[in-house]
Amino acid sequence: MSAVSPTSLDAALAALTADTVVLAGGTDLMVEFRTGRTRAENVVDIWRVDELRGIAAEGDGLRLGALTTCAELVRDPLVRERAAILAEAADEVGAEQIKNRATLGGNLGTASPAADLNPVLVALDARVELVSTQGKRELEADAFLRGYRETARRPDELIGAVLIPPPRKRRSAFRKVGTRRAQAISKVVVAATVELEGGVVRSVRAAAGSVAPRTVRLRGLEALVGQQPSADAIAAAVRAVDVTPIDDVRSTAAYRELVLRRVLVTMLGRLCAADE
Amino acid sequence: MSEHEFEVNGVRRTVSADPLRRLLDVLREDLALTGTKEGCGEGECGACTVMIDGEAVNSCLVPVCQVQGARVTTVEGAGLESVQEAFLEEGGAQCGICTPGLIVMTRAWLDTCEREGRVPDEAEARRALAGNLCRCTGYGKVIASALAAAAEGGER
Amino acid sequence: MTRVVGTRLRRPEGPDKVTGRAMYVADDVPVGCWWGKAIRSPVAHGELLGFELDPAFDFSQVVLVRAADIPGVNVVDLIVDDQPILASDAIEHWGQPLLLVAAADQATLDAAVRAIDVRVRESEPLLDMEAAEVVFKEIVIDKGDVDAALASAPHVLRRTYHTDSQEQMYIEPQGAIAWPEAADGTVLVRGSLQCPYYVQRALARALDIEPARARVVQAATGGGFGGKEEYPSVVACHAALLARAAGQPVAVIYDRHEDLAVTPKRHPARVRHATGYDDDGRLLAMDVDVLLDGGAFTTLSPVVLSRAAIHAAGAYRCDAVRIRGRVVKTNHVPYGAFRGFGAPQVCFAVERQMDAIARERDLHPATLRKRNALRLGDTTATSGRLEESVGSEEVLAKILERTGFEDHPWCQPRPAAGRKRRGAGFSFFFHGAGFTGAGEVHLKAKVDVRLAADGRCEVHSASTEFGQGTVTMFTAIAAEALETGPDDVLVVEPDTGAVPDSGPTVASRTCMVVGGCLARACRELRARIDAHGGQGAEGSFRERARAFLAAGGDGRVEVTYASPPGLVWDDERYEGDAYPAYGWAADYVEVEVDLDTFEVSMERFVSAVDVGKAIQPQLVEGQIEGGSLQALGFAHIEVVGTKDGRFLQDRMATCIIPTTLDAPPMEVLLVEEPFSHGPYGAKGVGELPMDGGAPAVASAIEDALGISIDRVPATPERLAAAWLAAHPEEAL
Repeated sequence: MSAVSPTSLDAALAALTADTVVLAGGTDLMVEFRTGRTRAENVVDIWRVDELRGIAAEGDGLRLGALTTCAELVRDPLVRERAAILAEAADEVGAEQIKNRATLGGNLGTASPAADLNPVLVALDARVELVSTQGKRELEADAFLRGYRETARRPDELIGAVLIPPPRKRRSAFRKVGTRRAQAISKVVVAATVELEGGVVRSVRAAAGSVAPRTVRLRGLEALVGQQPSADAIAAAVRAVDVTPIDDVRSTAAYRELVLRRVLVTMLGRLCAADE
Repeated sequence: MSEHEFEVNGVRRTVSADPLRRLLDVLREDLALTGTKEGCGEGECGACTVMIDGEAVNSCLVPVCQVQGARVTTVEGAGLESVQEAFLEEGGAQCGICTPGLIVMTRAWLDTCEREGRVPDEAEARRALAGNLCRCTGYGKVIASALAAAAEGGER
Repeated sequence: MTRVVGTRLRRPEGPDKVTGRAMYVADDVPVGCWWGKAIRSPVAHGELLGFELDPAFDFSQVVLVRAADIPGVNVVDLIVDDQPILASDAIEHWGQPLLLVAAADQATLDAAVRAIDVRVRESEPLLDMEAAEVVFKEIVIDKGDVDAALASAPHVLRRTYHTDSQEQMYIEPQGAIAWPEAADGTVLVRGSLQCPYYVQRALARALDIEPARARVVQAATGGGFGGKEEYPSVVACHAALLARAAGQPVAVIYDRHEDLAVTPKRHPARVRHATGYDDDGRLLAMDVDVLLDGGAFTTLSPVVLSRAAIHAAGAYRCDAVRIRGRVVKTNHVPYGAFRGFGAPQVCFAVERQMDAIARERDLHPATLRKRNALRLGDTTATSGRLEESVGSEEVLAKILERTGFEDHPWCQPRPAAGRKRRGAGFSFFFHGAGFTGAGEVHLKAKVDVRLAADGRCEVHSASTEFGQGTVTMFTAIAAEALETGPDDVLVVEPDTGAVPDSGPTVASRTCMVVGGCLARACRELRARIDAHGGQGAEGSFRERARAFLAAGGDGRVEVTYASPPGLVWDDERYEGDAYPAYGWAADYVEVEVDLDTFEVSMERFVSAVDVGKAIQPQLVEGQIEGGSLQALGFAHIEVVGTKDGRFLQDRMATCIIPTTLDAPPMEVLLVEEPFSHGPYGAKGVGELPMDGGAPAVASAIEDALGISIDRVPATPERLAAAWLAAHPEEAL
């Protein structure tokens, strides 16, 4: 086992090599080190890199440091106001002990298909800021989450922050279906945002976890754009959603597929309901 | 191996350990503080709950390198007496293995309530203690204990 | 009037538990202790060919123990000598121990384990209990002429029910530390365990020593629920064999993964019912067939089957009952003791059958229960007459009054509210206290009490504390019988070197059987002190006790259990008084089912329980609430699946149990129908609350969704499939 714990971003970036394991809050990695799924070698512990912390307004949007914990997302008034479903998802990630350590950047970096925050980030059109000694670049969350536990982060980069665009008039919803009511890993997790204008859908962005090898943007639903969101239209759009769930130790492919669609129908029905 | 300096229950400690060694093992093996228990080793059961700078964490998921300079509070620490008393009186401890974690978590919850000006109630207690698995009690008397501790004013 | 019994004492061991001072086995590892581990079978069935040791690893720094190195019998002592401590050739289940390794530190141990390769020849495992050929035990109970009664019954309902396995999930994993033979020839084992004398006998046979030379001490034990009844013998034998080889103390402490992967869990069951009844739903004939998967070795399966068979007809009167039970061998990891011990499986089946009959006859399930409940003077399925302490009517009356369930239109169409459906369900059940049949007579449980020099009364028994409150309950009983306060009683730590064999701490027997002996012993001691000093002597209990001792009084009383007179049991025919007394209970559950996800939320739970007498009501409530939540978990979220003979849920992240948010608010209604042979009227309560939760939840889900639930856990996956089968128009 070996690890270094830099205390500045420059030092952290300088410590990165081709096979560096980046350690943030440890809620996944500390388990993986023990099971051997990840080798505890060449670890760069970024927990004390304060430049990666902090929640700030950026215009009408948000800038969230990569080390922002789930607990911070839950209690921050700005996050609750501008990205309510992110706070909601963060609250359901796990127990208090987990929320105090699990980070936004860790959720992205691990890129687990069951990650609860990632569908929200995709649904919110969030952008991921990557930093390296060469500079910064930004990617859409959907493009960043490339595959099963695979991201677009280069070995010489760290996730610096997540940028959430202004909420405009979007309505949003989040639903986690776990193995139990708390401290659960998702069987299905869904986030959606909808913007309506004059009774017509102006935008839909939804994403789901645990129904494909990666967090998957539900592009089939985007056919609703420009339509009046009748029950039939929603049903048709939900039918067009394409996912590839599997049977595993937590659930079955059939259940996941069924529940995803049932949840989406209810969720979109509510989001598209006439103003209350 | 490297040196790690932090405070445990008000006492300054310096530990020579692999930076990724679990805080849980440092507490139990290096510092002989065996009140913190290991139930699962993967952050599921909460038996190893301790506070780091006042925040509850699972010490099985925290590498010792991340507590450098921090204040760690375990079940052996001070300030838990009113919670311990409540668990004794209300029958919140049965086999006792999850109890240290529950005591520390309850303290952390009451401190949070006080800090954020929230009134501790049953729903909040259930949410706060959801990461502490107990197989003996069905949680009824655990929640009653936490609420009794809250009624004590929660003062330390 | 009692003075201490019925009050609320604080747990004597509580202060140590809340401060972290209580010493569990892993908290007290001696200096110089080695670490041990079992190398296990990678296949469910086959033949062990040998081990390949990596020459790159220096094996001189570790000790290895093979089957051939066992000095005594290579058998885990229990009921039948079929389970080897280490496999020598045949492999019967995944994870079967093959070889033991110990090293001075964990890192060396891990390296040694990695350097050992097991060579096996794999064969096809038998994993379907319906196809099993080896029967560990068969039991037939026969009462009346079932065939004739079924043939003439106006209505007959035949249905099949299933219950899956369940994990005990004590929060402290298994563990033991063994010391090598001391100068006096004693081998010491300290461990997390329920039954010190089981472990003693197992050690004596494995090590080929006199039982008295195997000294077993219970460490503070972090939960058991039956899971630490038989398995600690395996852990202890492994540790002791390694300590013998190493010449050092050796700790064998399981991590959660190993514990989940290889320790025994609840027996999966298939129960078939054919029930004859009249127009009013009165039971005329019950024909029940129970099949349990025993796994690869006998372990406790015959006794589990016994309890399953005896409880299979439920708490109902019926003149014609036939119960056939079998527990069979498969290549699964052996199943074993878990709270309820066969009863939860059969209780689920019979309660669901009663609900099904209620639906068939268009009767309210509560009406059907009241009409058929066993009452004082009735005979059970084994033809034993219920002579006293039958709280059946009172628990029914109390719970129905409290919940108003009789006015609830169970399984009647109701308007749906949004995407949620609510339902209410009910169950009625009983559980025999103590060992079955002549078990207690054979066991001859002993307790002794001794006055210490300071005048305190020490209680010596092998009954262990693992959360249920043995120490507190014994303190209350002893103080009551001695007519003094709890501070004058000291319950000593179970140590086979110091306490008599009170039998295992299982089977809801500790209070009624051992507690009963304790009350007798304390009354006798009190009488001796009174006889010495006169009834109205001045001074505190301790002062009088010291005076009694100073005058040469014998301050030690040993009591051996005597069965209540008149109990008759025929073990061949499975006929007679199966238990001295039964606990009676009824559960009520309200659920809310999400129609999108089929998640079931527990909204309310009420249990009415006849315990005879609550020696410590707070502890009794704790037992009922804790046992009931285990039952609710069993009903809908606790999944234990297998594949190729391996448990699929072998981590705590996947083998889930309820959290605070999964637990409903619980209400316990205590009923006290005293049992004249229990201490102050007490019966057992440990297992009873495990029996009724699953059928009550299934009943509530059936009420909410209108689909029958014949299997638990009723997971969202199963409910979704059943819903789609009933509503094909909703298919994708």
